[in-house]
Amino acid sequence: MTLSMHPSTLLLTRELPNLQYSSTRDRFDETWEAPLSTLLGLGRAAGADFVEFFLERVNYINCLAEDDTITSISPRLSTGAGVRVFRGKADCYVSTNDLSFTGLKAALEKGLSILGLQLPAPNGYVPEINLELLRDYATKKGKESWLAGCSSMREMGEILLDANAQLKQKATHVQSRRAVYFRDWQEVLVAASDGTFARDIRLTQSVGYNLLCADGANRSSISKRVGSTSEPDFLRSWNYQTDAEEVAESAGKMLYADYVESGNYPIIMANEFGGVIFHEACGHLLETTQIERKTTPFADKKGEKIAHESLTAWDEGLSQDAFGTIDMDDEGMPAQRTLLIENGILKNFISDRTGSMRTGHPRTGSGRRQNYTYAAASRMRNTYIAPGNYTNEDLFASIDKGIYCKKMGGGSVGPTGQFNFAVDEAYLIENGKITKPLKGATLIGDAQEIMNKISMCSQDLGLAAGFCGSVSGSVYVTVGQPHIKVDSITVGGR
Amino acid sequence: MPNIDELAGYTQASAERLGIKKFDIYGSSVDETSVQVDSGEPKQVKASNRSSVIVRVWNKDNTVGVTSTTDVDRDGIDLALKTAYEASFFGVKENVPDFSPEATAELKADTEATAPQAPVSQLIDTLIEAEKKLLQAHPAIKGVPYNGLSQRDFSRFYLNSNGAMRNEARSYTSIYLYTKTEQEGKKPRSAGAFRINRSLEQIDLQGCVQEAAEKTISHLDYEKIKSGKYRVVFSPEAFLSLLGAFSNLFNAQNILDKQSLSTPESLGKQIASPLLSVCDDALHPENIAAETFDGEGTPTRRIALITNGVLSNFIHSAGTAKRFNTQPTGHANIGAKVSVSSHFYHVFPGENASQEYSLDSAENIIFIDDVQALHAGVKALQGSFSLPFDGWIVNNGKKTSIESATVAGDFLELLQSIVFVEQEPELTPTGVCPKIWVDNLSITGE
Repeated sequence: MTLSMHPSTLLLTRELPNLQYSSTRDRFDETWEAPLSTLLGLGRAAGADFVEFFLERVNYINCLAEDDTITSISPRLSTGAGVRVFRGKADCYVSTNDLSFTGLKAALEKGLSILGLQLPAPNGYVPEINLELLRDYATKKGKESWLAGCSSMREMGEILLDANAQLKQKATHVQSRRAVYFRDWQEVLVAASDGTFARDIRLTQSVGYNLLCADGANRSSISKRVGSTSEPDFLRSWNYQTDAEEVAESAGKMLYADYVESGNYPIIMANEFGGVIFHEACGHLLETTQIERKTTPFADKKGEKIAHESLTAWDEGLSQDAFGTIDMDDEGMPAQRTLLIENGILKNFISDRTGSMRTGHPRTGSGRRQNYTYAAASRMRNTYIAPGNYTNEDLFASIDKGIYCKKMGGGSVGPTGQFNFAVDEAYLIENGKITKPLKGATLIGDAQEIMNKISMCSQDLGLAAGFCGSVSGSVYVTVGQPHIKVDSITVGGR
Repeated sequence: MPNIDELAGYTQASAERLGIKKFDIYGSSVDETSVQVDSGEPKQVKASNRSSVIVRVWNKDNTVGVTSTTDVDRDGIDLALKTAYEASFFGVKENVPDFSPEATAELKADTEATAPQAPVSQLIDTLIEAEKKLLQAHPAIKGVPYNGLSQRDFSRFYLNSNGAMRNEARSYTSIYLYTKTEQEGKKPRSAGAFRINRSLEQIDLQGCVQEAAEKTISHLDYEKIKSGKYRVVFSPEAFLSLLGAFSNLFNAQNILDKQSLSTPESLGKQIASPLLSVCDDALHPENIAAETFDGEGTPTRRIALITNGVLSNFIHSAGTAKRFNTQPTGHANIGAKVSVSSHFYHVFPGENASQEYSLDSAENIIFIDDVQALHAGVKALQGSFSLPFDGWIVNNGKKTSIESATVAGDFLELLQSIVFVEQEPELTPTGVCPKIWVDNLSITGE
């Protein structure tokens, strides 16, 4: 018996120009195994420690109804790929629209050269990368039919016009009515030099209202959106009557609201989108991206108390149809449920592959990106505060003078842990009762301080769809919480 | 991206085969490289070469449909035309977008301003050096968590079935440096700076490092501020941030959609202090990312928006100009519904001020360097804002950093409350502007 260094079937670099791969253009399936395996081997042969390809196809459409007219239907078709190359802890990410073998090879070569690596000489071997059997969440879960099952352009238009007609009936002092919808269908394929080979289809949809009311100098603008993944029937099942009533009522109340008087107040934040407080004030600071940048005060606090003992919080990708739900992340890892904080104690961070490599915290299936032009980063999925033992009545009864933040706007957190978010619909609380509507409130604070001031959690956990912008673009997320009480927070107003 | 002549050729052929007689295309391609560093080592290098186009087609009923795609070869364009044609039957029947009457007008500005890209290794070395200088600038500066140096070659084109065809190419390089401090017993502080120019050689690296360091150091000693009404000085960047957030004031499409603080009758009204004048000027010599034509092929130009406090023009697409019975201004973004947006603001003094002010002698002034979280704190349709900011309280030239606070108000009231527009302009990424002094704004601190 004789042994040789390489099996005779190994590819030589000089043979690359003669390869004739024929992957299907319209689908990411097993036909992509051979070319991607070769390219991954090529990257390893050049000296890369790790190589990953992310392929993406998108079929997106949005539709806008203004008053009683459809004013825009805009389809977008997109294909592209990103290749990430690691050498030690340094990495390079190259993206391209060209999904041909030549195009992907060019992107790989560019990434390698940036890291100071070169393809092997013509007589060099390309090592074989044995990819796993395609882990195909799309086929396994019957997602192939999702796109065809979504509403047609005609149906989109009809539903949005009906919805806007409802809003006209419900609201007063209307200056403009908008119903907006988008459908984002995305097919992804991930192949990496550690053998990862996985495919998925995601279907994300959102629909909602933007209502502007005006009466002389008084103005109010209220929006509401709902969102879903994995549900082709989503638009057809939109309960726009209920949403129209809610939006009209909020706009009516806020039209004549006084501006909030600035100061420090105890506040009650409503459930569902109120969860933006945890998303901004804590969730971002538990991403390994922030640990890498040294922009989180929680970096070395695992196992320590970082929040009030009444607070338990999760980040997960598994809730049925929630806006941030994913079967696998954009690095091919199955999503999981991650306990972030338990009774005030920090339990886990949110980690992607790079974050895990650079910080030591285990991957949590949280490597996410907006599209192929971004490298994946540690990002939240469905993030929420768990329900507590109090009732809403308990929360209100504990406040003599404070503010009820019923509907939150967006927010952000900076590199020093300072956060802020806007309140779209607020009310004054006096002696445990809601007394009058208020507008113009911005909540500001420090993440570490605020986490210890969330002292009461109600039982009515509710989730809401949101969009989160960060280093890897804008991704779909869920925020959520029950009604909570914050003992004291700075409210910016007039 | 294939060359434009080639793309025009196979688009025309595909359109003919599909029976599409009227179409236009706007497209762009970008070749960019960016680097980030961390503690003297490269952190991530990104490179991208990508293209996209948006096609509009008109059907026999003269309704329009669009599709955008990143797949710009023959098959991709063919599919995009088919999809756009399908969408065209759901297009608007009133005020249907049409070709700009100026899509074939002569372009008077240079359409090419390119520079060779520097090697990646040079970008990394440059950024590492900048990081090093910042870390040496003060013992409290422990990191530069957000930093980046990028260079971009950008080209764009517009063509239509009536024979319009134009293109341009630009290069630019930009750097941002955002530091963070750590001091025992004190809260971390941060500040940053940004520069842009045509090439790495031309970029003001030293100025960027110096500004980031000086700002950061100036925030080390901070104090809470008492809530109340203050005279406020906006830095050029802060004022332009607010102006951009309320740009619906000048936006003809927003006005037609009733999504603006203005109405068609607002033209000629005094909306600001007579001390203020504002133009939008895509071709301003300081605008590195200048665009010579808009998404409909209309040449860009300088447009006076506010003249001595009077609202003097709106910005238009071809469609809004037609409805306002005026000329397009070169501000259109192509789409199923054409939108309108500004390019590059030039803010300057209007009428002479009766009294001049200086931060060197003023007392109890809030100097706002940077407003944050505009996406959350601005109610663009209500005119109100409530925003966290970085800034200082200034007394006779002494600046004391403000720990955390918000500024709130009504933008139209703010414009009327301007008491001084300084002479000296500063270049920012979104325009050229001096410091702006405003009376009686609400500040919330403690």
